[in-house]
Amino acid sequence: MTETDFLNWVRGTGMQIALTVFLVGMIYRLLENYLIGRKKSLAEPKGDEWRHGLNTVWRRSLLHSNLTTRGYFTLVAGYIFHLAFLITLFFFAQHIEMFKSLLGFGWPALPPLVITVTAVLGIVALIAVLFHRITDPVKRMLSDFQDYLTWFLTFFPLITGFLLITQSSLPYKGLLAVHILSFELLLIAIPFTKLSHMVTLVIARWYNGAIAGYKGVQS
Amino acid sequence: MTDHRTVGDILRGQGISRRGFMKFCAATASMMAMPPGMVPAIAQALDNARRPSVIWLSFQECTGCTESLTRSHTPTVEGLLFESISLDYHHTLQAASGHAAEQAREQAMHENQGKYLMVVDGSIPLGNPGYSTIAGISNIDMLTETAAGAAAIIAVGTCAAFGGIPHANPNPTGAVGVSEIIKDKPIINVSGCPPIPVVITGVLAHYLTFGTIPELDKLGRPKAFFGESIHDRCYRRPFYDKGLFAETFDDEGARQGWCLYKLGCKGPTTYNACATTKWNAGVSFPIQSGHGCIGCSEPDFWDGGGLYRPLSATTADIGTTALLAAGAGAVAGAVAGRLNKGAKSQAQAQHEKLTVEDIEES
Repeated sequence: MTETDFLNWVRGTGMQIALTVFLVGMIYRLLENYLIGRKKSLAEPKGDEWRHGLNTVWRRSLLHSNLTTRGYFTLVAGYIFHLAFLITLFFFAQHIEMFKSLLGFGWPALPPLVITVTAVLGIVALIAVLFHRITDPVKRMLSDFQDYLTWFLTFFPLITGFLLITQSSLPYKGLLAVHILSFELLLIAIPFTKLSHMVTLVIARWYNGAIAGYKGVQS
Repeated sequence: MTDHRTVGDILRGQGISRRGFMKFCAATASMMAMPPGMVPAIAQALDNARRPSVIWLSFQECTGCTESLTRSHTPTVEGLLFESISLDYHHTLQAASGHAAEQAREQAMHENQGKYLMVVDGSIPLGNPGYSTIAGISNIDMLTETAAGAAAIIAVGTCAAFGGIPHANPNPTGAVGVSEIIKDKPIINVSGCPPIPVVITGVLAHYLTFGTIPELDKLGRPKAFFGESIHDRCYRRPFYDKGLFAETFDDEGARQGWCLYKLGCKGPTTYNACATTKWNAGVSFPIQSGHGCIGCSEPDFWDGGGLYRPLSATTADIGTTALLAAGAGAVAGAVAGRLNKGAKSQAQAQHEKLTVEDIEES
């Protein structure tokens, strides 16, 4: 297989496979959970489920003053990584062209310099959280293979993309193919790993808030 | 057919001055990334080189490569250098036809056994031999027979180098490039659809000067011409780096000369000399004329999605795939959910409540 074959494959068949696994997996998981249903509560509601649910979705993203220094590190590094990753993914002109080919519409891009900065921030934050995971005894004990696998699958597209836009001495065609493949591997892994939090996070937060709201307590 | 004149004799006979000849040698050395000290060596070698016999075989092709070389622009030393070779067989250009033409090929092969250059344009069908024949001889038979006595082979054009357009999906004739068939001869791939004329003559000049083939990349192309991507040498590159793209062929960005990436330019993945040597005696090249590079010097360039589809965009029918996948996921999820609900109801039905008596008994 030549570099051209490889690039053509990841842009076509590879993307089809990744998208299929991602959609089948995520929809399956969500529906399977949703259809189990909730036991009807016989208690009188003390508050609105939806309002408290949505409020919790928002409030769980805020910094809390009662966090320890170690907690702050996780939160700040996590925030930097997530924002940097999402900005890099959704606001780089070349990525928007990819989404346009998937969704049929696009949106304005940010300048490449901004994307380079967010990519670097994302890479640095990811390295920092990995270092913390390895050096912190509690985190190290709580970590299993999947944690390191998902770290790598997230890091891989960021580093290959960064090299693609900054290192013109590297073979562009092969690197572009590897970069697209890295994104596809990430897509495939999402339904089977903790990465599925990109979808389930909102539902889980809403559910916690909704239960508390129904009971009339703060979530 | 045997001609004892040297290349220098022929060029002088055609009215090329010493100054013009030296300028060509300097340009050739420069294009092939050789030091200036090599210019006299090239001049001397070319001056004394015997007129080489060249057999040009055209298979599944459109004659665009020959057109590119012979009709590109007003006569130059490059063109005359091409004319200085003894083109003993080229069924588009030669006067002879039928048996006489084939006889010319056989005679050239016989008289220059092991020394002649073989140039091939067009792909070779591996399917039914009848897909493409010349004088009743299948392409593959003519290729293997002629290649056996050749000193080296120059595969001119993407069809001869990598199969080209005939090789595109679904490749009905089983078309392949020369290097898929011939494994025991030096092969130089001068890809492009068509290739740049000066690249063809540059390779000829190198062969005549040194008697060897130039340094090649991993796809068998001369590194001097195919060493860098169009993108890296493109004069529109600063616009790419700034994120300034033309969205259509006639918007303000296009008028300002911004990068054509979003209009499907394949410059970043294409290796060729278009952005540096340009076409029509250095007048322009596709990107300069407002159209993105289509990547014609790369293998399988025709199968890389639409010519106007950006490199980062997907090439498959993603909409249908997504709909089918979403449907399959929904059905599978619904079935699993239903089974889970049944299991839950069953567990609830079978549940026996713990009574005070049970606790006391235990």
